[in-house]
Amino acid sequence: MDMYKFFHHTADAKFQAFGQSLEETFAHAALALSSLMWDWKKIAKNIEIPVEVEGNDLEQLLVNFLEEILYLLDTRNFLLSSIDNILIKKETEGWKIQALFEGDVNTTEYEIFGDVKAVTYNEMIVKKRAPFMVQVVADV
Amino acid sequence: MELKKINANTWEIPKHANMRVPTIIYASEKLLAGVRGDKTLFQAKNVACLPGIQRKAYVMPDAHQGYGFPIGGVAAFDLQEGVISPGGVGYDINCGVRLLKTDFTEKDIRDKRKLLLSEIFKEVPAGVGKGGTTRLSRKVLEEVCTKGAEWAVENGYGEKDDLLKTEEYGRMREADPSHLSPRALERGVPQLGTLGAGNHFIEIQKVSEIFDPDVAKVFGIHSLDQIMVMIHCGSRGLGHQVASDYIRLMENKFGTQGLPDRELIHAPIRSDLGKRYYKSMSAAVNFAFANRQMIAHWVRSVFQRIMGSSEGMDQVYDVCHNVAKFERHTIEGRVKEVCIHRKGATRSFGPGRKEIPEIYRSVGQPVLIPGSMGTSSYILVGTSMAEELSFGSTAHGAGRVMSRHEAKRRFRGEKIKQDLEQKGIELRSTSWRGVAEEAPQAYKNVDEVVRTSHEAGLGQLVAKVIPVGVMKG
Repeated sequence: MDMYKFFHHTADAKFQAFGQSLEETFAHAALALSSLMWDWKKIAKNIEIPVEVEGNDLEQLLVNFLEEILYLLDTRNFLLSSIDNILIKKETEGWKIQALFEGDVNTTEYEIFGDVKAVTYNEMIVKKRAPFMVQVVADV
Repeated sequence: MELKKINANTWEIPKHANMRVPTIIYASEKLLAGVRGDKTLFQAKNVACLPGIQRKAYVMPDAHQGYGFPIGGVAAFDLQEGVISPGGVGYDINCGVRLLKTDFTEKDIRDKRKLLLSEIFKEVPAGVGKGGTTRLSRKVLEEVCTKGAEWAVENGYGEKDDLLKTEEYGRMREADPSHLSPRALERGVPQLGTLGAGNHFIEIQKVSEIFDPDVAKVFGIHSLDQIMVMIHCGSRGLGHQVASDYIRLMENKFGTQGLPDRELIHAPIRSDLGKRYYKSMSAAVNFAFANRQMIAHWVRSVFQRIMGSSEGMDQVYDVCHNVAKFERHTIEGRVKEVCIHRKGATRSFGPGRKEIPEIYRSVGQPVLIPGSMGTSSYILVGTSMAEELSFGSTAHGAGRVMSRHEAKRRFRGEKIKQDLEQKGIELRSTSWRGVAEEAPQAYKNVDEVVRTSHEAGLGQLVAKVIPVGVMKG
């Protein structure tokens, strides 16, 4: 099974991510988003950043989770390579996700080839039961 | 979707189902065929369903599918009944275009254009995740967001005359950075004075055609081969964060039930959250004005150094193409103030409007329409007719026809550079793959877009410029 797949979208970038669990699917979506900006396979795992994000529903959780990548890029120059220890929990109100981001600081040795402005709700799908799938359109 | 043809360049989605008003699409047959291929018309129909919408929803000639509103969507809302929507402005708040004229000709810079371009490339930070040379304290950043381009001029970037020739005179007075989230400020700190990436660029251009010599002269465009500089960028991560923050806050407050698209989330204009969004958006608008002001200053300093002078490098104008603001328009025979959203649309005010600088008030405002990388761009002039037709709005660029992913698969950056060089266009970029994404073939034909704008009366052709040097972010 592919981790993710891109689709035709006139102006923006549309992808679906897949996984054996909701957690793995979210992690693959994070890699798909990163792949619009850098080759995550080529990023060293020199830094770890714990991430914790909440959302009213799974869609908002996914948007907030993926936005974390853009925020860390802008403020800490961080490039995501992989995700570890990912856990999604249902809270009394809404949802929470915890994960460990592994990656490196952006240096000239890495090529950054694209920009993502934001993660949108446009055409968003979250299939929370097997077969797990999320669909995301990023504003690029 | 069924469309009613009004004339050669005007189409209507008649009011039906939940629509409160009809939707008007300005497009030639050819452009319309493109628009029909994606979700533009459905998104435009959704806009016509929003509370308090006035007169009609409008779609500009370069429109394509967006999120919430289509890109190229224009809508005005009643201040009492109406709403304000972050999805009606876009994530890149005050993405816009600034144009500087010069008194150099192509001949003057021919031997130096490579050098000019590489010096601009050195001077202006660009690319994804690239911070600026000016690292600000949070307090200064708040000042930037309050005063916009005025802050930049006070701090030695450019001249007071630039402010006169900037939409809103370079500063939205309603801006209040105290409503920005810590994250928005945090993302803004390293990014002031940076070009960014994607479709953002700085181009050294030459005038290749003058359609209206009288108006051109008023704009400072006097001869063929005259060198111009165009800057296209926005509010960077700060603006993106404002949009994301307020979409979330509005969702949390009003819920998403009944929305055909979550990105259409909105708040009443007069609600506390609506007002806070407007003040925050205005702060991001100001950040972008300051950004372009600083970049223009650096461009001038490069010309000063390399050409020995930057005299005559006056600003023609600076326009926003992602913004919401309060304007007065005639609706059903009565002048009233409305909240107008322009998402991927340029204001196109005709003669007499008090919002436009005095020197342009007799002819109308300059409208700056950038083409895709390496193709032509246009200078238009706003019309009084546009106020009737589109609340004084027209197109903002070429508009994409192909996804970035597809463009990256089909084209190679190195090859594009070679092709451009053969046409006499120098190219510098932070990334080859980024260049491939912006391949000219991935865009609509900008000539067709401006011709439609001209024929429909939304904005009239004044001059065409073609690039001699492109710096892509």
